[in-house]
Amino acid sequence: MDAATSFWATPVGWTLATLGGILLVVVGILISLAFLLLADRKIWAAVQLRKGPNVVGPFGLLQSFADFFKFVLKEIVIPAGSDKVVFILAPLISFVLAFIAWAVIPFAPGWVVSDLNVGILYILAISSLGVYGIIMGGWASNSKYPFLGSLRSAAQMVSYEVSMGLIIINVILLAGTMNLTEIVTQQQGWIWNWNAFGGGLETLPTIIVMLPMTIVFFISALAETNRPPFDLPEAESELVAGYQVEYSSTPYLLFMIGEYANIVFMCAMITLLFCGGWNPGFPTDFLNSVPAFVANLFYLAVFAVKVVFWFFMIALVKAFVPRYRYDQLMRLGWKIFLPASLVAVVFVAAWRVFAVGG
Amino acid sequence: MLQGLAFYLLATVAVVSALLVVTARNPVHSVLWLILTFFSAAGLFVLLSAEFLAMLLVVVYVGAVAVLFLFVVMMLDVDFVKLREGYARYLPLAGIVAGVLLAEMIMVSISVVQGGAAKDALAPVPAGPDVTNIETIGRVLYTDYVYFFQAAGVVLLIAMIGAIVLTLRHRPGVHRQDLAAQANRERAKAVEIKSVATGQGVTPEELL
Repeated sequence: MDAATSFWATPVGWTLATLGGILLVVVGILISLAFLLLADRKIWAAVQLRKGPNVVGPFGLLQSFADFFKFVLKEIVIPAGSDKVVFILAPLISFVLAFIAWAVIPFAPGWVVSDLNVGILYILAISSLGVYGIIMGGWASNSKYPFLGSLRSAAQMVSYEVSMGLIIINVILLAGTMNLTEIVTQQQGWIWNWNAFGGGLETLPTIIVMLPMTIVFFISALAETNRPPFDLPEAESELVAGYQVEYSSTPYLLFMIGEYANIVFMCAMITLLFCGGWNPGFPTDFLNSVPAFVANLFYLAVFAVKVVFWFFMIALVKAFVPRYRYDQLMRLGWKIFLPASLVAVVFVAAWRVFAVGG
Repeated sequence: MLQGLAFYLLATVAVVSALLVVTARNPVHSVLWLILTFFSAAGLFVLLSAEFLAMLLVVVYVGAVAVLFLFVVMMLDVDFVKLREGYARYLPLAGIVAGVLLAEMIMVSISVVQGGAAKDALAPVPAGPDVTNIETIGRVLYTDYVYFFQAAGVVLLIAMIGAIVLTLRHRPGVHRQDLAAQANRERAKAVEIKSVATGQGVTPEELL
């Protein structure tokens, strides 16, 4: 072992390496978010035969950065009757939670900040905390519209978390592990090894529940991130902008970035859990001869393409589908998705035990 | 060293925020401090390398139970002055209860440290390094104690059904969406074509 590798094994070196990794992930996500946000607006515009943002930079590519500076340079307005500490804390919580969930996401083999054994549970824990930023923001504003908006939003997020948890249990049953890296590794090889298609030939019949569950997970992800058609918390016609009415300037920006980071995170989740993560859907034996770093760059590109594909789908849904009514949203979550995912869990578990054997 | 530092940090945060839960003037702040207490307790579990329990604590208590608390407390129309009235009166009683609990906890932890408490009973066998604690808990819960686990599940189910039975009432006169009725509605039942002569118009009676 030479001097350079032994330094990274010491506590100081390990801390520095981890901090560097975290910084890389956060900066990478923030920059991708700037362009994904623009893509979201461009796709929306294209569906409606508009041009979308096209003034700042070539094709409007720098629009998000212009928006960023505009938000940051504005005055932070804090309502006089608000609970000031909680009011400022709420967007910070939303922002931080949206980013710490990325700690367990494997971008390529070995490229993960923290390879937790309970990675999926960690993600569930973090996403169940996300509700607090919204409730606190709505309550601290001390105003009726944000409060109603936050209550709606919290009820919606809690409802869909249940069915999402059950769908994730399907994946855990198929994979037999809660470690995200292992889940992705098990999906390598041909495309039928992806969990969306039953996760391998041995469990191929589970495709009849796993494929629908992938779509249910996608719809639940829309509801979980308050995206259209489930954007009831910010239904402009009734609630102005939901829990963020009183927010301006940087705190609003934090909410906004947190929201988009969550959306992209959900895309990454669908990719990792159902669509093979970094695996391109065919055996990658040709990468055995190249250095690991180059192979990892290829895997990272595959992962990014899949994430962008799901983001594209989410952006399309925003343009196509009209907003749900609140009781319809609750009905969909509790009366359709929850029983359906429960049946799927029973089916997959039974298949694992009786057909595959253990 | 790092572990010790983390322990003292988390323990201090847990104790201080637990104190603030009872002393905070605003009940919503109390719940927020409670969440911080749960969170540091989860951190302590991680230090014990019981990461599964830590995550469950966050998912169940912080993600579900505390959200319900927060909902209820925010909806209540609380009179802060009235809430503080009995504080001094109930303080001695609360102090006694807390003191008894503290004494019990200290006694339990002393006896566990000395190895006396779990000696006779089925002492937990530390799992090997290659067995995750999800697997260990799963084995204990679903293999060794499967009947107790099922019984606990039935008790919870009965409690849930009981709560629904007690609170469910069908109020008359509330408009609800009947999807089956909507889907089965046919054109013939809903629309009637009337031919109206040009320039004549119709009276309401004719339409009925």
